[in-house]
Amino acid sequence: MNALARPLGDLGRATLGAFAGVGYAAMLLFEALYYVFAGWRIGQPVRIAAIARQMREIGANALPIVALLGFTVGLMLGIQFIASLSEFGAQSQVVVAVAKSVTREFGALITAILVAGRSGSALAARIGSMSVSQEVDALAVIGIEPVRYLVAPALVAMLVMLPALTIFANAVAIFGAALYSAPALNVTPTAYLLQTMSLLSAGDLWQGLSKSIVFAVLITLIGVSTGFSVSGGAEGVGRATTRAVVLSICWIIVVDMVFSFFLNR
Amino acid sequence: MNAPQPLIEVEQLEAWYGRRRVLHGVDFAVNAGEIRVIMGGSGSGKSTLLRHLLGLQRPVSGRVRLFGVDLGEASEREMLDVRKRIGVSFQGGALLTSLTVGENVALPLREHTTLDESTIRIMSRLKLEVVNLGGFQDLMPSQLSGGMVKRAALARAIVMDPRLLFFDEPSAGLDPVVSAELDELILRLRDALRMTIVVVTHELESAFKIADTITVLDQGNILMTGTVAEVRASDNERIQDLLNRRPREVQVDADAYLKRLTEEEA
Repeated sequence: MNALARPLGDLGRATLGAFAGVGYAAMLLFEALYYVFAGWRIGQPVRIAAIARQMREIGANALPIVALLGFTVGLMLGIQFIASLSEFGAQSQVVVAVAKSVTREFGALITAILVAGRSGSALAARIGSMSVSQEVDALAVIGIEPVRYLVAPALVAMLVMLPALTIFANAVAIFGAALYSAPALNVTPTAYLLQTMSLLSAGDLWQGLSKSIVFAVLITLIGVSTGFSVSGGAEGVGRATTRAVVLSICWIIVVDMVFSFFLNR
Repeated sequence: MNAPQPLIEVEQLEAWYGRRRVLHGVDFAVNAGEIRVIMGGSGSGKSTLLRHLLGLQRPVSGRVRLFGVDLGEASEREMLDVRKRIGVSFQGGALLTSLTVGENVALPLREHTTLDESTIRIMSRLKLEVVNLGGFQDLMPSQLSGGMVKRAALARAIVMDPRLLFFDEPSAGLDPVVSAELDELILRLRDALRMTIVVVTHELESAFKIADTITVLDQGNILMTGTVAEVRASDNERIQDLLNRRPREVQVDADAYLKRLTEEEA
């Protein structure tokens, strides 16, 4: 009896814990949005300066690495598509294959994974160490709601910057693909890029951007909720940081698959 | 004539961590203008009591009233209003590490007032002078020593001129000279700024030096509240243990002991 009851009990507790985590994150999202739209009415305004600072950290500071990865992924896609499509003598389809796979899938995915690693972990580490050193309590007793001060600016910044970075990554990746593919196709890079423009529809771009908005919410919520639930000193902060990155990336990939399925039916 | 209403009123406050009861129906009140020391050993429930007084934890049962506002039922507006009138200095200082010392002290003013930048700067530097940290406003908290961090935290706590000041373990982790200086500072604040001050500590010496009245907390119960002389003269055994640094005698309840050893999910 006991041999069965214990694993069942553990499963039940784990399930409850997971539900509680999702519920907590949903509550944080709701509260953060409340402060963004109505905070100024109850003396808890979300400051533009704080949003700008987060935008710089999440967005502007990530530009070089997003450019590097975007370029590399574009180059890689160019190489792969040239190699595999030339088996069927269909090299000319490389342009459309790269254009659609980058805008619909890779731009958003690569950017989100990168930002989860950079900024999701930073959010978890910052809020985690603040809870450990009672800074979160200090904010609360000063009369500054921690969600308003720590979560809302990050959420807004992420919602603006992740799609922006995604557009940037799309452009750089297609440029990278053009540099490799254009000579192989005997066209100029400019002609390649012009053809890409004519082949892309607004729907392709929108598919990537809509995903990046969802990824932005996921990365922020997972980062801040693991940060707030830190216990156990410096070691706890380290654990939370790792957990935030792993959880974000898992969720990003799963949600990406689900979105791709429904958006392409 | 009515007696003046106490600034802090706690009635039958209970707190639990899981199945362990941390506070057993605590009653206590603090009047305006007094320095009250809450004293007790580790695990006596004094930190939990403080968290309830600050509204960081809502009471499961019982009431906590600050300035007559019931913290368990206060709206967000009322809570904010209470919080603008209290100052708190945390055990580790809890300065925001991303801001300079000056920005930390100015933070409450920036958030709650519409004063212009130069007034805010002058007011926050003034408070830094009060705690003898004049000229340190541009340093980061990580560049300060332990005693300086506590004094900077105190400057932040008093920058809004609160009527009620909470001080968690002022002398923990400080050398005797620095902690004596902090005690002097607390006394000066009460005399100069007419604040009501609640200090949570386990340091006897500092408690006797600054307290008007002392509340002794032990294992979630209030043993007594009284003046320094009354506490010293108390014939309560636990209080005398605390005063004379005697280790407590642990009484073992045989049944509970066996239960703890054998129970699967303790």
